[in-house]
Amino acid sequence: MFSRSYRAAITLPPLIWVSVFLLLPYVLMFCYSFWTVSSSQQILHTWTFANYSELVTRQVYWQTLLRSMWIAARVMIFSLLLGYPLAYFLSFHAGRKKDLYYQLVIIPLWVSYLVRAYAWKTILGTDGVLNTLLQYVHLTQHPLDFLLYSPLAVVLTLTHIYTPFTFLPIYAALEHIPRNLVEASHDLGASPTQTFWRVIFPLSIPGVIAGGTFAFVLSLGDFLAPLLLGGPSGIMISNIVVSLFGAAYNWPLGAAISLCMLGLVTALLFLSERLEKKWSFS
Amino acid sequence: MELLVRNDFSGARGSRWLLAHCLAVFAFLYLPIAVLIIYSFNGAGVGGFPPRDFTLKWYRILIDDAAIWESVGNSLLVAFAAMVIALAFGIPAALALDRAQFPGKALFRRLVLLPLILPGIITGLSLLMLFNAAQWKLSLLTIMLGHGTALISVATTEVFAGLQKLDRAQEEASLDLGATYWQTFWRITIPNLKLPIIGAALLIFTLSMDEIAVSFFLIGRDNTLPLEIWGRLRRGITPEINAISTIIFVFSLVTIVAWYRLRMRREGSVDVGAELIESTTKP
Repeated sequence: MFSRSYRAAITLPPLIWVSVFLLLPYVLMFCYSFWTVSSSQQILHTWTFANYSELVTRQVYWQTLLRSMWIAARVMIFSLLLGYPLAYFLSFHAGRKKDLYYQLVIIPLWVSYLVRAYAWKTILGTDGVLNTLLQYVHLTQHPLDFLLYSPLAVVLTLTHIYTPFTFLPIYAALEHIPRNLVEASHDLGASPTQTFWRVIFPLSIPGVIAGGTFAFVLSLGDFLAPLLLGGPSGIMISNIVVSLFGAAYNWPLGAAISLCMLGLVTALLFLSERLEKKWSFS
Repeated sequence: MELLVRNDFSGARGSRWLLAHCLAVFAFLYLPIAVLIIYSFNGAGVGGFPPRDFTLKWYRILIDDAAIWESVGNSLLVAFAAMVIALAFGIPAALALDRAQFPGKALFRRLVLLPLILPGIITGLSLLMLFNAAQWKLSLLTIMLGHGTALISVATTEVFAGLQKLDRAQEEASLDLGATYWQTFWRITIPNLKLPIIGAALLIFTLSMDEIAVSFFLIGRDNTLPLEIWGRLRRGITPEINAISTIIFVFSLVTIVAWYRLRMRREGSVDVGAELIESTTKP
């Protein structure tokens, strides 16, 4: 029913914009990753694998990448452990208050990411709320200084930030489960625990995969929480990239690391898409 | 049915554990926000238990702080421009995905949605390289382009979800009765998509106001609010930040409640953003 010119009018502008401002920058990043920097800090447009071989040979890069993945994995696990029961409760037990609780989960998302990370800093610091509280009730004599500036503080903060993101797809998956399946399981004599593990949980797996991917991918690339709360032991891969694009001035190497991250993320998205398809029942 | 399921669990020990778990999660989610608000009134500054000396001092300092308000103005400007860009290209993109066939459509769709799930640093850096290659000076304009481009994804997903529910017979009737495509677009298609478009606009505005990872790399001389806050955090913490955050929180809460009211009246359901989550994770 739509004419050719109509289709061209809706297709071409976004296609051109996206090519210039999304596709072209990725291509540029790809090119940069094969270039190098001269000693006088000029970008040399000669094609070489030097950056990639440096990534593999220099320990600090892949070790930081592994640490970032470990931090992201913990964030993913904790967000799932916090988010899944919450979603389950809302979907199956909240009754009429469902919408209200749902809003309550979403509202923290409207507080700036940066501000929430900063709030955790004021809670965990040496003179922070938690330490002074512990001393106030005489649980400790001296402030606990391991709370802030550690990978743990980063994990805690990122878990706080990504739990609602993990919750959303799980909740959506649970809401899509036909209630008569649960009823049937009950009628056929399954206990609530059996019903949960044999009917509800398997059907919610696509949501779990989606939520877990969100938490993992987004925390993997984070560089602000580690800068604010991580200390030297909480440095993540993106922090290295930031310094390569700033003071260290080695854009090509930074581009190579970014591209590895991009590759890793796309691979994960592809994998989680495959897994979701495999587990979806329709 | 709901009753039946609830009866299974109510009184059971499992359900009490579940409730306790949920209360704990809510406490975890709201603790930093509560701390933030309480300590914005704390005379003794940030941290320190118990809070003491109720004061409005930090709000007074904030009101006189020209740099903060300038950055708020910049952020509003950027958010507005990002909204215009994202809608101007996101709405046609959604229409194209819905009703046009062209080579590379699958790639196009993935590309548009990518910034939503990609860590902001990659979007920011790749655009920095583009602006550097084009020798554009970094300024608020480059941030607007960055936010606008990244947030096309939001406009596209929200409008695309709206299009799925749209009854195409109305557009067909309009065309049959002799209206041009242009007239049909403005008189039938757009009015029918009013709610998803307003929803997308609000989301884009809020996300842009809070965005920091992309702005971090594209900033020129003028700061946006998150970058101004970031600069101050690096120098040390001040309750002024609690005060501005509290004000923004209250402001966005009021906006959101107003929006939900509107949407509830129209559709009887509140799921703004739900399409977003679903479409990014289930391409």
